[in-house]
Amino acid sequence: MSHDMEKATASEKEHPPGPVQVVADPIQDPGLEPHEYRITDIDPKAADRVERQVSAMFTLAGLLALGSCVAYFAIPRHSVLEFGPLAGNANNMVIGLCIGLALFLIGAAAIQWAKKLMVDEEIVEYRHAAHSSPEQIADITDAFKQGVAESGFTRRKLIRRGLLTGLGLLGLPAIVLLRDLGPLPGRSLYNTIWAKGVRVVNDVTDRPIKPSDMIVGQLVNAAPANLAPMQEESAVEYQNAKAKAAVIVVRIKPSEIRTKPGRENWGVDGILCYSKICTHVGCPISLYEQTTHHVLCPCHQSTFDLADGAKVVFGPAARPLPQLPLAVDSEGYLVAQSGFTEPVGPSFWERG
Amino acid sequence: MSEKRLSLSPARFLSARRRHRSAGLVVLLFGLLAVGSAYAAFAPDNAVADNSAQSQQIEEGKKLFSVGCASCHGLSAEGGGNGEGKMAGPSLIGVGAAAVDFQVGTGRMPAMQPGAQIPRKTPAYTQAEIEALAAYVASLAPGPAVPAQDSYDISKATDEQVTRGGELFRTNCTACHNFAGRGGALPNGKYAPSLMNVDPKHIYEAMLTGPQQMPVFSDQVMQPQDKRDIIAYLHALQQQKDPGGFGLGRLGPVSEGLWGWLVGIGLLVGVAVWIGAKGVKAKGAKAE
Repeated sequence: MSHDMEKATASEKEHPPGPVQVVADPIQDPGLEPHEYRITDIDPKAADRVERQVSAMFTLAGLLALGSCVAYFAIPRHSVLEFGPLAGNANNMVIGLCIGLALFLIGAAAIQWAKKLMVDEEIVEYRHAAHSSPEQIADITDAFKQGVAESGFTRRKLIRRGLLTGLGLLGLPAIVLLRDLGPLPGRSLYNTIWAKGVRVVNDVTDRPIKPSDMIVGQLVNAAPANLAPMQEESAVEYQNAKAKAAVIVVRIKPSEIRTKPGRENWGVDGILCYSKICTHVGCPISLYEQTTHHVLCPCHQSTFDLADGAKVVFGPAARPLPQLPLAVDSEGYLVAQSGFTEPVGPSFWERG
Repeated sequence: MSEKRLSLSPARFLSARRRHRSAGLVVLLFGLLAVGSAYAAFAPDNAVADNSAQSQQIEEGKKLFSVGCASCHGLSAEGGGNGEGKMAGPSLIGVGAAAVDFQVGTGRMPAMQPGAQIPRKTPAYTQAEIEALAAYVASLAPGPAVPAQDSYDISKATDEQVTRGGELFRTNCTACHNFAGRGGALPNGKYAPSLMNVDPKHIYEAMLTGPQQMPVFSDQVMQPQDKRDIIAYLHALQQQKDPGGFGLGRLGPVSEGLWGWLVGIGLLVGVAVWIGAKGVKAKGAKAE
């Protein structure tokens, strides 16, 4: 190597930098290596042995395929196969193993056949040029020009305009059909079904919550009381409403809360309620650590400090979780003072 | 009393005549004495025995506490400092017997060393000692008591209750503990532990008291029946076989991806190498 490099620098000295000299065929074509025979090419016994192997694999694959059919009927549907710590449905497992092994054996037999028995003489096949010959190009050009002249496309302007109008307007339906992506959400992104006086109830059990039920460190995954009745009317509307209105209610020591100006009466004795929908891309969050008051979104690790107005302390979320102002109704249950004062969930175009 | 009636009955007449002036007083005193000594013989004795057994347990718990717990939690469980103004152990006043039973019963307390999270390990105390410690801490201030056995008894759970437990579990627990209760990572080296092979009592107590960073799910909001359903669901999850035979820890995409990339693609690479490999050649030989 170093010897070659010395040579190269020596030649550079002889030929100072200038136009590159093209050396014809700088690396000699070594041609094909001499063909080497395989043991199966020269020893008929070895070839027979491989033949038996290949046919055995094909036959075994067939038997396994049959076996899977037998297993389908023979093994009870719910029987369990236990193998040390592993356990699974015996019926599924045996059918799967049989079909899987059969497919593998067919592939392996084919490869073994090709590698050991099929002719493996190397041959050279040169590529032809990719472009057409000049004669072909001239022929096609002439034919095209003749076609244009004979069709009268350049001469009969009326037809030409008609054709272009028809083709052009065909693009229109494709644009008009895009309307079905709508309708536009309107104000629905700004509103949830929370409203003044709506009770805060447990998600799943729908029980209303009294402030005295909650102790410091508590987390409640909650929903508005007017959500559950929607389920009977329309499953779609119910899911849409739930996706926006889900909240988490926590109780934090009042001395540890840093209340934002204007939100002094939004909590009840340290009970705070925030939207459960992450402001990044809208995953529901309830991974709450009572020691740090942090709630973490499992999707992209956005972290919000619920004791500090749900301020973003980590991650890609751009704005705090919206807070729902709480109050207590005449029967002593937690209710919303109003709906959310800002849109819940991820940012959108009009909101900025 | 009329003389006429007395004269009608000789016996009453006799007894009335013999009665001493202070006889009534003597009878009264005698009666009081009898009732008093009977009361002293039964009720007060039991009360004294109860009180002394409980105070003995608290006393024993206090002794255990001052040996095993006070270095971090303070001599009166008021919470301790490590000398640099930092909290070494939180105050245990008002945490209740349930918190002690959970922390000591799962071996988390006494902690070996402070860290991001105190791990579960073999308990260092016997059940009697745990009860004594719990009695001592419970005597400091009211707090959640150790739940009664029937509140976490899942032997009679119906399929419907298990299903409801699953709904509650998915809403309240999966965020941290994974969809199959296998636990998961939390920020700064903390983690939510696996819920497999945990005593139902300890699962109940964890929900009740909110150990470490776990939030509290009080009995008023997450009622005992809800908690029991969740425990029944976890039990059913643990009993469930993996349909594929191998659950890969039921951790979802992480272990499944690792398996797919290493084992699955590894096997494919192995087969590709075999397909491309040159077989044994007979050097210099010629075909016949």
